[in-house]
Parts: sequence; C-alpha cells; structure tokens
Amino acid sequence: MTLYLLRRLLSLSLTLLAASIVVFLVTEIIPGDPAAFMMGINADPAAIAALRSELGLDQPVAFRYLNWIVGMLQGDFGQSYTYRVPVSELVGDRIAVSLPLTLYALALSTLIAFPAGVFAASRRNAPGDIAIMGVTQLGVAVPNFWFAMLLVLLFAITLQWFSAGGFPGWDAGVLVALKSLTLPAIALALPQASILARVMRSSLLDTLDEDFVRTARAKGLSRSQALWGHALRNALIPVLTIVGLQFSFLLAGGIIIENVFYLPGLGRLVFQAISQRDLIVVRSVIILLVFAVVAVTFLVDIAYAIADPRLRRQRR
Amino acid sequence: MSVLSVRNLDLKIGRIPILEDVDLTLDAGHILGIVGESGSGKSMTALAIMQLLPRAARWTGTIEVAGNDVGAMSERALCTMRGRDVSMIFQEPMTALNPVHTIGDQVAEVVRIHGEAGRRHAHARAIEVLGRVGLPPDRVAPDRYPHELSGGQRQRVAIAMAIALRPKLLIADEPTTALDVTTQAQILDLLRKLVREDGMGMMFITHDLAVVAGLADEVAVMKKGRVVETGPTRQLFRQMRHPYTRALFTASAHVPERQPRIETAATPVLEVRDVVRDYPRPRKNLFQAQAPFRAVDHVSLTVRAGENVGLVGESGCGKSTLARAILALEAVQAGEIHLNGKAFSSAGAGPDIRQRAAAQVVFQDPYGSFNPRHRVRRLVSEPFFLMPESPQDADRERRIGKALEDVGLTAGDADKYIHEFSGGQRQRIAIARALIIEPSLIVLDEAVSALDVSIRAQILDLLAGLSDRLGLSYLFISHDLTVVRAITDRVLVMQAGRIVEDGSTEDIFHNPRHPYTRSLLAATPSLAAALDEPSGETVET
Repeated sequence: MTLYLLRRLLSLSLTLLAASIVVFLVTEIIPGDPAAFMMGINADPAAIAALRSELGLDQPVAFRYLNWIVGMLQGDFGQSYTYRVPVSELVGDRIAVSLPLTLYALALSTLIAFPAGVFAASRRNAPGDIAIMGVTQLGVAVPNFWFAMLLVLLFAITLQWFSAGGFPGWDAGVLVALKSLTLPAIALALPQASILARVMRSSLLDTLDEDFVRTARAKGLSRSQALWGHALRNALIPVLTIVGLQFSFLLAGGIIIENVFYLPGLGRLVFQAISQRDLIVVRSVIILLVFAVVAVTFLVDIAYAIADPRLRRQRR
Repeated sequence: MSVLSVRNLDLKIGRIPILEDVDLTLDAGHILGIVGESGSGKSMTALAIMQLLPRAARWTGTIEVAGNDVGAMSERALCTMRGRDVSMIFQEPMTALNPVHTIGDQVAEVVRIHGEAGRRHAHARAIEVLGRVGLPPDRVAPDRYPHELSGGQRQRVAIAMAIALRPKLLIADEPTTALDVTTQAQILDLLRKLVREDGMGMMFITHDLAVVAGLADEVAVMKKGRVVETGPTRQLFRQMRHPYTRALFTASAHVPERQPRIETAATPVLEVRDVVRDYPRPRKNLFQAQAPFRAVDHVSLTVRAGENVGLVGESGCGKSTLARAILALEAVQAGEIHLNGKAFSSAGAGPDIRQRAAAQVVFQDPYGSFNPRHRVRRLVSEPFFLMPESPQDADRERRIGKALEDVGLTAGDADKYIHEFSGGQRQRIAIARALIIEPSLIVLDEAVSALDVSIRAQILDLLAGLSDRLGLSYLFISHDLTVVRAITDRVLVMQAGRIVEDGSTEDIFHNPRHPYTRSLLAATPSLAAALDEPSGETVET
C-alpha cells in the first residue's frame, strides 16, 4: 500500500512540474504585452519599457520561471498586473466562494446519484428504473444555465425563498452564505448527478452479473443483501473516477453559473484576467487548478486502494 | 432417504423450451452424475433446484429438496434453504469469489447470515471449515484475499462456503473443468471424502464421462433438455441402452485414423534453439527492480515435416508463452527460431515477416478469435497479405472456397458473418484461416478444449485428415492428455518453463520416465480404468 501510494505521489509530482512548465511557456507565447495593455493604446514606448522592467518582464525566461516557482513555494504568487494587489489575496477571496460551492455541488450530486443509481440497478428495466433513466437523460441534456434561470424564477422571484444572486461573504454567517450558494449548487449538481447516477447504475448492473454475486445468492443471501454486501463495493471504482473528474470540472467550470448568480468565483476571475492580459493571475489560477486536480487524483487513488485489496497487496 | 426429487420438470425461457419432463432422484450419501453436452440443460436443472433461475424462466413440475417442495416456498424461505439445506459450487473458481472480501469473511458469512453464530464464532467456524477442505490457517491465512490464491485453492474456498453448514444436498456444476488434472484429482478426492463424512447427497454436473465414471454412484445422461438414460454408473456404461450415451462414449474415446508420413531426413519445419522468455515482475522496492519471471527457460525443440507434436503441462507452465514466442508474437530474450531451415526470429532480431506465412495458429476460443463485423470471406482471406503477391479476383475466390471446403464447409459460407456459426463450425473457420496460405506448421493452442466431445471428435478427424493429405505439421498444445494421445506422434512435457520429457507418444504414455509426467498421467481420469476397477470404490446401495 505504502509503495503504491509513494509511486502515485511521485508520478503526480512530476505531472505538476510538467504542467507548471507548460503553463508558464503557454502564457509566455500568448500574443499581447501586458505592459502595453495596461498603459493603453497611445502610451509612450519609454513608459511601457519602464513598466516592463518594473514588472520584471525584461528578464530571461528561465530566470522568471524559477522566480515564479520559488515564489509560489513561499506562498508569494506575485502582483496582479491590473488590480495591483497580491495575486494570493485575489485568488484567496475567490477560492472562498468556489471551493465551498464545488464541494456543496459535489455533495449534492453524490447524494442524489448514489441512491438513484442503486435504486435503478436493483429494479433493472422495471418502471422505477425507466423513470430514473428518463430523468437523468433529461438532466444531462438540459443546459445548466437555463436550469439555473428556472430555479431563479421559481425560488427567488415567485416563492422568494432564496436571493436571486450575489454572495454576502462568510462574515455574514455560515448559514446565510450557504443559503446564497444553494441555488447555484443545485444548478451545478443536476447534470453531474445525472451522469453519476447513470455510471453508478451501469457499473452496478455489470457487477450484479458477476459470478461472485451468484455465489452469494447460492449461500442464501437475499437479492438486496447480495447487492449491498457484495456488488456495491466492487462497483465503486468507475464511480470514484467520475467523482474525481467532476470535482476538477466544477472548481473552474462553474463560470456560466457564476455569471448567472453574480458570484465572485474563480471561473470569472480567470475569464476577466484573460481578457485583460493579466497573465500572472491566469498562470497562478491555472497552476492552482492543476494542483487541485492532482490532489484530488491522489485522493481517488487512495480511495481505489481502500475499495480494492488487489491494489493494496499486489506486491506482497 | 431421498435428498432430492425432481419430477416432470418442464422449463421455458420466454417461449424457448429448455427442459422437458426431467426426473431425477438422489439419496443421502450418494453421488449423482449428470452428463451431457453444452446446451443439454444440465446447469439449468441445477439452477432450478436452487431457484436461482433467470427472470424470464417459467417452470412446472415438482422439485423437492430434503422433503420440502421448492415451488411452494417464499423467497424468504428459499434464502433460508440456500446455503443451509442445499448449496452449490460453480465452474469458474477465478470469478466465483468476491475479490474485495477475505476468504475467511466469505466463509464466515454463510454461518452468520443463517444465524448459526455471531461474528466472532462465525469466524472460528470459518477457520475450522477451511481446515477441513485443506486450507489450514497456518498454510493459508483466512485474512487472505482471493487473488492471492491459486485456482485450486479458490475452489477449496468455494467448497468450504458450500459445506460450512453441512447441507443435505451439494450441487457441483463442472467444479473441476477449469482446473489442471492434478488439482482436479485432489478436488475430486476432497468432494468424495466430504460426501462420505457428512452423508450428504451430491449432484455432480460434468461433460467429462471419465470424471463421472470414477466418481458417481448413479448417472443421468441429458440431451437437449431431456434425461435420455439413467441408472447405476457401471451398469449404465456397460449397457449403454440409449444411442446418445453410446455416441457420447465413442466420441470421448475417439482416436482419429492417421497415416503419418514423417520426413526424418528433410529439414525440420520448426527448430527452436535455446529460447528464453522473461517477464518483468512488479517492483517491491522503488529503487530496485526484481529479477524477471522466466516463463520459458532455455527450451529447444524440433518439429519435422508431417509430424504432429504434442506439448502438455499444467496451466502456468509456459506452454502458451512458448507458442507465442514460436510465432514471434512476443520477443524472446535469448535463443532463435527457424522455420524450414531459415531464421525466423531470435533475441534482438525481430521476425522475418516473409516467413510468417509458414507458421499459422488456431486459438482456443472459437467465439473471441474473430472480428464479428467482418464476413467470413474477409476473415479467412486475411493471411493473404503475408504472401508476396496475394491472389486476386477469381483466384482469390477459388482459394477461399477451397479452404472452406477443406474444413467441411461450403464456398457459399464466405458471405456469412461469424455469429451465424456454431462453436465447432467457427473452429473449422479458424482452421481454414490457418490453412489458406498453405503453411507448413499450424500451432493449435488448446484448439479443441472448448468443444463438446462429439464436435471435438469431428475436428480431430478433420485435423488428422488434413495433416495426412497435405503433409502438415502440428504443434498441438493441450492440457488434455487423452486428446494429445489421440492425435500426436511425439509428446513434449513441460514443467515450470522447461521441457522435462520428450518422446514418442506411445512411449510417454506407456513408459513415462520423469516423475512429473507420471504424476500427470496418474491424475488423468480414465473411463476404461474407472469401469474396470473392482467395485470397492463406490458406495453400495
């Protein structure tokens, strides 16, 4: 187990290193000089040059890359070109919205998908199964921003249970903040839950056809005992994979939902930073996202090893 | 007392009749063998007794287990019955156990769910039962997972689960078919011993007449969903009243007629010189690689023109790896392989593609070895690309037709898809595919192992005829010694990557020299031997 995790950790660290180089080089070759962009169209070339040297843009590429990495390791992500505040501060504010929103949506998605998938699989081709398959088909097909608008129309405007958008901040109280994240989390969770429920169902159905489930039934287990006691854990591996992918997707992929609900999240920050050529912000957010994906992948690897003893003891 | 009584059992799946008018009885302490070919309804009968039928199945008739009418029982009562009064062992030990639970837990579960003991006591009982089936805790710890055990050990775990509560009836559905002969012999001994000790009745399903003859007190022969003949084992096999029983008997002992013309003077068709095939093993330590696993260990062999050579050994001995190395489907780490005197491949030098046409192959699985989306014409003619100038148009059609006719099909079959053929016909197509470019050697890797005895007899005849007529050589790889004896001139015995004995087929079977060959032969069930034995072995009624 330890060796398995060490190997995974090593390969993920290498991924992170490779990603940092790629991200740095790509943001280097993107057309557009941040200094020129900041000074406006009619700026004096001398002033632009001065700004370039102030921002450190006139130094060699390798030197700037190392500077960037060493800085990040010390928690210093540099200064935003446009906002003129430390990037860490900027990103920190946004993560305080995006991360809870992601976890909220992911929790909702899993809580809906898990029972729905198990229920559908245990009633293969019966009306309950067909109904769930129909609903999830719809859930995958409906664009989530449109669904978000429906949620706003119903819960914010007609029923007035929730506010239509905005985020009061965590200082306003945890419950208040969570309440304002509820509609966006539902809008984000719906398509994810639909996908996850379908994966859960098909994985469980495959497992229910396995010989060892038949063995369990021959031992005297009832259909549902065999499902919960024998099939479920074996069916989890593909489900864990999808949950891991969904986390990474939700963390930055919520930009449209963030816009619908006026949430100051990471997605919007990246979008604005890209349009303003604030490359240092873009770079930092992307490397953070890569880090998050790598960390989640590692967690999923640990979960695999817990779910499947063949990964744990293979090398004994 | 009868532990099982089946009367007038009819079973349909949808509208397709599967079983018709099946009658069976089995007394405590007895073994009832059920024999028949695939699709005869053996397994479906077992599943009907267990009431673990597919959803679409509907049945009528009476099934009584230990005096209880199964048809009248609720699902809850059936769950109580399964595992306690009647239990079952399946064919595939590799997949029959849950990979994520320890073997101890899986055995203890039977005890626990039937309310026989609490968690801790159930575990103690599990250890006891595992000891009974030959897996004592000091040798095979109960906290091991199935993937850490061999096939035979896993089948022992499955048996432990089945007998943990000393059921009155044990159903064993081909429990040794997936095992090597020596393991099979051990498992059969174990089952025989358990039946004697616990006084349970055992229904033993198999396609192998020799196994059933050596084990069962009574035999029922099934064909197309009906029991065609039933009676005490010895009597049934001596008299063989029903023509189908006779046909099965003849087919399983079938020896094709051959007139081999082995050319000893000419250049050998295949020469394997000192071949080594290593597989890297997963690292135990991050910084230090493990010594590789040597699957083929300095093997040399020769196959002459017109000669049929058998290669036998247990699973994992390296037979199939050697076959893939000979065909240059895998690189070798040392040694060289020559076809018709010309270098084909060697360590470091890839295969000489121009020579690949000289050696073709037929694999075991007639279902998995064809692309289902291509017509037979394309499947069979694919090896043409190995020829310097592949035949075109009319010539091509003629050769495809001839290859199909050579294996007993018709030229018109070229337009069909593979799913339109039965298992035996598919194996004929596989042979046609190998034949079409007129190779000098065909490697047959367990090519008849998945076939029923009657089909197997036909394919063996076909192979023998082709070899005699075309002067073909075969390298015939099999774990089934009876088949190897029937079709080969010379036998190589392989153990742990090495060839331990090499001799003429008659010599090896009559006068085996290596202890491993002797143990293999001793473990092979023999129909004749089982019927000739004095009646001391069987339980008297």
